[in-house]
Order: sequence, then structure tokens, then C-alpha cells
Amino acid sequence: MNIAYGIGAVAVVTVATLVIGTWGLRFSRTTSDFFVASRSVRPGLNAWAISGEYLSGASFLGVAGLVLAYGGEMLWYPVGWTAGYLVLLALVAAPLRRSGAYTLPDFAEARLDSRVVRTLSSVLVVAIGWLYLMPQFRGAGVALRSATGMAPWAGGAVVAGVVLANVLAGGMRSITFVQAFQYWLKLTALLVPLMFLLVVWLHDGGTSPAASSTVVGGASGFDWANPLDVAGDHPLYTTYSLMVATFLGTMGLPHVVVRYYTNPDGRAARQTTLVVLALLGLFYVLPPVYGALGRLYAPDLVSRGATDSVVLELPQRMVGGVGGDVLTALLTGGAFAAFLATSSGLTVAVAGVISQDVVSRRFEGVTSFRISAAVAVAVPLAMALVARDVSVATVVGLAFAMAAATFCPLLVLGIWWRGLTAAGAFAGLVLGGGLTGFAVVDRLVVGRDSGWFAALVAQPAAWAVPASVLTMVIVSRLTRHRVPAHVGRFMVRLHTPEAVQLDRS
Amino acid sequence: MAPRRWRLPGLGRTPRASRHLGTEADRATFRTLHTAALASPALREGLNAASVERSLRHLRVLLGTPAVAIADTEGLLGYDGQADHHADQARALAQRVIREGGTAVAGRAELACEHPGCPVRHAIASPLVIEDRVAGALVALAEERSAGLLRATEEVANWVSGQLELAELDQSRHRLVQAEVRALRAQISPHFIYNSLGAIASFVRTDPDRARELLLEFADFTRYSFRQHGEFTTLAEELRSVERYLLLEQARFGDRLTVTLKIAPEVLGVRVPFLCLQPLVENAVRHGLERRAAGGTITIEARDRDRECEITVEDDGEGEDPERVRRVLAGDPSSDSVGLANVDERLRNTFGDAYGLVVETAPGAGTKVLVRVPKYAPGVHP
Repeated sequence: MNIAYGIGAVAVVTVATLVIGTWGLRFSRTTSDFFVASRSVRPGLNAWAISGEYLSGASFLGVAGLVLAYGGEMLWYPVGWTAGYLVLLALVAAPLRRSGAYTLPDFAEARLDSRVVRTLSSVLVVAIGWLYLMPQFRGAGVALRSATGMAPWAGGAVVAGVVLANVLAGGMRSITFVQAFQYWLKLTALLVPLMFLLVVWLHDGGTSPAASSTVVGGASGFDWANPLDVAGDHPLYTTYSLMVATFLGTMGLPHVVVRYYTNPDGRAARQTTLVVLALLGLFYVLPPVYGALGRLYAPDLVSRGATDSVVLELPQRMVGGVGGDVLTALLTGGAFAAFLATSSGLTVAVAGVISQDVVSRRFEGVTSFRISAAVAVAVPLAMALVARDVSVATVVGLAFAMAAATFCPLLVLGIWWRGLTAAGAFAGLVLGGGLTGFAVVDRLVVGRDSGWFAALVAQPAAWAVPASVLTMVIVSRLTRHRVPAHVGRFMVRLHTPEAVQLDRS
Repeated sequence: MAPRRWRLPGLGRTPRASRHLGTEADRATFRTLHTAALASPALREGLNAASVERSLRHLRVLLGTPAVAIADTEGLLGYDGQADHHADQARALAQRVIREGGTAVAGRAELACEHPGCPVRHAIASPLVIEDRVAGALVALAEERSAGLLRATEEVANWVSGQLELAELDQSRHRLVQAEVRALRAQISPHFIYNSLGAIASFVRTDPDRARELLLEFADFTRYSFRQHGEFTTLAEELRSVERYLLLEQARFGDRLTVTLKIAPEVLGVRVPFLCLQPLVENAVRHGLERRAAGGTITIEARDRDRECEITVEDDGEGEDPERVRRVLAGDPSSDSVGLANVDERLRNTFGDAYGLVVETAPGAGTKVLVRVPKYAPGVHP
């Protein structure tokens, strides 16, 4: 395959991103249309931006790979990643915006008046951020190998370098236009090649990938499409646990939460979330189709264990020639955009925490942030090189599980229950973070194949989340005399629409 | 709980468990200090019925008398203890002390009483003085009068006065912050109102529609600037007010004033102290452009810096001596840039010393004022 196309696509994405970022910054206006300038980001635009930052390499490449390898039940990944916003919409979006918090540690401090819980939240933000960054770099390595023939570790290092340069240049991050562009880029990059692939598939006779006669890797099409049939020993438990992790984990992702600050008020936060649901729903229709086509046209990837690259392989195999090269280039560009957007957002979130809480004691301002950004990128890159070969989407699933077991209870109880105390939150965060942290290490280092214990550790959310919630409730009841004095007023601010005239101070 | 244990000081009842606390005299001192500490928080709220009600019983323990009372210049604020039929007489004595100053003593004659065995036969009243002004009086009512009780009453009255003075200090500190915001509101008026109305008047015949529009802008601007509630607002609101201000200034300067705005929409929701930008812009217009015939450009930028928002107000006017700006920010009252120092101080008070104004200027090189505001700060909400 032609390497130039792949490199060209990556270069185009990078340049386009930087150009829009610069254009967004230089958006000058004279007073005649000042009102335009002082108008806040519309919920629609903000939703594009959130989706653009949220759709990571796991969504772009990983979902198709999982569907190809394990079949129908893997659809819970995209469903869960979308449905997480439904929970966010119903329980968290508006009150979180009204709390005035920018980051999750900010919320912990505002609600519980405790520096200790704030620090612990910061540690968890870094942990979740790294866990989420690691598969991004690994997935980027896969994408670049497929497009340019580079060694996987080199691809990861290249992407890490680009992300670091991007963040240090102050580019793209938090510029709404850039993130919004990223969403449409990813959607186009996935949609247009799929149209061509579907035409080829119809031309070839339109065989169903779920037909019983289609046997790939020993699994018939019926088994493949049948939920709860292929992956693991305890598919029912695994599926439920995955649902808990993804439904409840979204609200605890550091790079998602900061984007809500851009909404002018709680109502706009809800509207934004609603549009995000629609945009993600639209996007996630596409990757499983690639996975299904992969069963027909790239079955050898299953036996080679290289299912993550199915999206990038299909155009070559189905279209071929220059057309195939162009479509692959488009997909490579989209995948690269996916890695870049999510990784940059996460890197900034993690670097911000490290800079504020650790490095700034020794170094000042810009230097502090640069050092922190380098650390924020280097650690997950090292993790990606050292850890076992686990699929991109699985590791992202673990990051969701950790977020669900820590920040979900903190946010939901903090917003809806007056009784939460700093001691309760601390105990719950430690327990939730500890349990999921253990599961992560076990999964990435040890690796188990079968048995109940392996299933429990592979998908820890179903037991870690209830444990964390219970701990928070019980310890809070035991320390009920330490409920922060201002909690009543805080609740009023959180739950009263901004339009209501009220003394909030 | 704790106060009950110390109900009866001076009666010689010493709990065994506290023997290691020192000699009898030491323990008496501790008890006295502890009782004083219990009365202190209420008194630190100032002299009113509620604070007196909460502190009186501790003062009675301190004095060891059957009853005590506190009055202010209007009347009795509270009476604690036995024989409250003496309340009126206590009030009369307090009024005398407030009128005449100095400690006064009343005997059986003034405390006439029909209750046999009434524990109150004498009263000692001592004035409560706040910053050389007699604000009230403390009255101790006892069976016997003694030099010791007289001294004790005077000392306790002095101590209460000290606490009330501290309360006054707290209040004046709070009032100062509010006064600073008010001062800014008041400061807007003279120059600007006169110039704006003059500019609007010049349009009334030539362009009545524009004059009407400008008057409405003027009305909105003043309504925002003179609003009474809230120390904080959003950057969007503040920029809207700045826009109205600049529209009015442009009506006056015409083409001489060019305004460029680069606002990142992401930071419009950031909470900032009320009226923290308008004085800076006004400063830029006045010092940067007013004295230059050729006019000039004002650039206002708001940038998103992850956890902070960075706002700059820049003019290409004549600039200033950096040393002078330093003096202004240090609070030199002779300068006419009161707004600058005021904004600087309020930013520091709200967000900490790291968030003061940064001014870059030199004669002939224009002026650039940089404001940094954290997106989240504890206790900052509109």
C-alpha cells in the first residue's frame, strides 16, 4: 500500500486542526457586532465539540474490532458509551454546571469543603486519565502501522509526540470550533468509505455476516450474532458489569466534565447533553457495520488477533487500487483525529492536575505546565509499551469502570443527598479507586483466562460501584455531625434554575 | 455542656480529676478565661439583643452576682439572673451611666423592693465604651457592695468594650469592601454622564434614531452599574456593560476611537468581581486616547488558559511612567486612576495575591493591563 497517502492524511488532519485553532483565536470583531462576541457557545456547537473530544480511537477502531472478534454482545460498548450521557443528562449535567466547578476536584472541594478529598480526587483524575491515554497511544500505533508500516511502538511514540507538541503549543484544546470540526471529520471519515464498501458488498451478492454458513475462527454466523455466546465464561455477568461501567463512568471522565463549564447555564448543559446523545447515536451506527463486513472480507484478522485494524484494512481488500488507498487515507486521517482530540483533552486535564498540585511547588507557570504535560504523556506511553496486549476498547472499559466506581458516587450522592460528608466521600473514593485499580493491574500485568475470578476482575464495575456507594453512605451516616454547614445553600444553588430570582450567596 | 461545669466558680469546689491542672489560683484563672472565651463569640457580633442574650449568662458567671444586665443608649438589651423585677431600676441606672460616664453605684434607696429576701440590694453600673463613645452599660446586681465587685464590674465592662470594638472592626472591614464597589459606581457618573449626554444631544436633531438608541444604551449601562446586589457577575455580563460603555464613547469620539475585541466564547461564563473590567476600559479611553488628536485603538481580549481566563485591555495611547503606575497600584491617593487600584485590590481580596493586575506600560508605548481570573475559586458565585 502507498505510504504517502497515509502520511498525507495525517498531515492534512494536523494542519487543518492547527489552522482552525488559529482562525478561532484570531476571531476579532469591532463593536458593531460585539453582541455576537459576547454570545456564549450555543448548546448545539458545544455538543459537537463534546462529541468531537469524546469519540476516541476506541470508538473509531476498537468497536469494529470487538464486534468482528466477539459479535453481537460487544454492541453494549457503543450503547453504553452513548447511554452514559443519558445518566449524565438526568442526574448530573445541570447541577454540575450550576455548582460553578470547572474540574471534578473543584466539585469535591465546593461540595465537601475538604482539601483532602480534593487532593484524592486529583489523584484519581490522573489515574483515570492515564488509563484512558494508554490505549489511545497503543491504538494510534496500530493505525500508523496499518497506514505506514511503522513498528507499533514507534507509532505510539509518534502520536504521543504530536499530542505533546500540540498541547505545549497551546493549540486546539478547548477551542470549541476545533473540537466541533473533529466530530464532523470523524463522522465523514467513517461514513464515506462505508458507503463505498456497502456498494461493493451489495455487488458481491450481499451475503449476511450473520448467516450460519459464515464460519470465522470456528464460530458460525449465528453464534457470532447471538448475544451472550462468545466472549468469556460468564457472559451475562460481564455484560451487566460493562453496562454499569459505561452508563455510570461517562460522568467521571475528566476531559468531558470540563467542557460543561462552557455552557452558560444548567438548562444549556441539559440541551447540550441531549444533542450529544443524538450525535453519538448517529456515529456509533457505523463502526459495528465495519466489524460485520470484516467477518466476510477480513476473517484472517481474528486468528491473527489484529482485529483492531479491521476498519483500516477493509478498503484495501474490498476496493483496492488507488480508490482503496484514498479511502484508507481518509480512515487513517479520521482515526488520527480521534486519537489526537481525545489524547490532547486528557493530556491537558492530567497535566493541569499535576501542574497545580505537584510541580508548581518547584517551578513556575509555563515551565510547570510543560513539565507536567511531558509527564502526563510519558507515563501512559510507557504503560502502553510495558503492559500486556489487551484490546483498545477493553482498557478504555477499565478506565470507565474506575470512573464509575469513584466519581459517579461522588457526583450523584454529592448532588442528590445532603448527608454526604467529606469522610464518607474519602472512604468511598479510596475503596472504589483501590478495587478498580487492583482489577486494572491484574488485567494488564497478570492476565487470567477463565473462571469466576477472571470474569470479576475483567469487569469490576458491577461489584466495585455498589461497594463504593455503600461505603460513602455508611461512613457518611457514621460521621453525620460533620455534614458541611453550608450544604443547604449549596443544594439550593445546585437545583434552582438560574432564571429564578434568589439570593444564592 | 462545658459551661455548666464552671457554673460556680470561687466556691472552692475542685473536681479531683483536674488536680494536675495546677494550683487553686491557676485553676481559677483558667475558669475565668474559659468563661470569657464562651461569652466572646456572641459579643463579636456587636451590641444587640441577640448577642446580649447569648453572652449575659457567661458574664454573670464571670462576675458571680445574682443578676446582670446590659443596656444600650435606647434601653435595656437583656437581663439575666434572679429578681427580674429590678430590670427597670437597672435600666434607669444604666441610663445615668450612659449620660454621665464613669461607674455608678445604686444602693437600697434606688433599688426599693417589696420582695422579702430579695437577693438584689445593690447595683453597680459601668459604661461600655467603643472608640471613645459610650455605647451602653453593664449593670451588676448584688446583695452586698464591695470594692472587689466594683473593680470586677469595671474590668468586665472594659473587656466587653474591647470585644465590641473588635466587632465594630469586623463590620467596618466588610463595609469597606462594599464601599469600594459603591465608590466605583459613584465614580462612573460625573465625567462620563456629562460627556455621554452631550454626545447624545448632538445627535438629537441630525440622527434621532441613533440618539434614541444611545439613550437606551445609556439607561442599560447605568442600570447595570448601579445595581445593588451581588459582589460577582459573569464575564459575559461585564463585557456587555463594557460594550455599552464603548458605544457611548464612540458616539463622542466618532472615528477617532477604534475598538477590537477578541473574546474566546468558552470563558464567557467565568465569574468575575462586579465592575472589574469597565474601570480598566475607561482608564484606557481616558489616559490612552482622550488627549491625542489622532485617536487610537483599544483592544480587549479574553483567552482561555485551561484553568484560568486571561483578559487584556490594551490601548496604543501615550502610555505612562511605570513608576507612577506602581504607586497607583500601591494605593497612592493623589492619583486620578482610582479605578485601577480598586480593581487590583478587589481581585487580590477575592482570588489571592497571585491574581493582581499586571500593567505593562512606558511613555509613548501604550498601556496593556492584564487580568487573570481562575475559572473556579471557593466561595465565588453570582
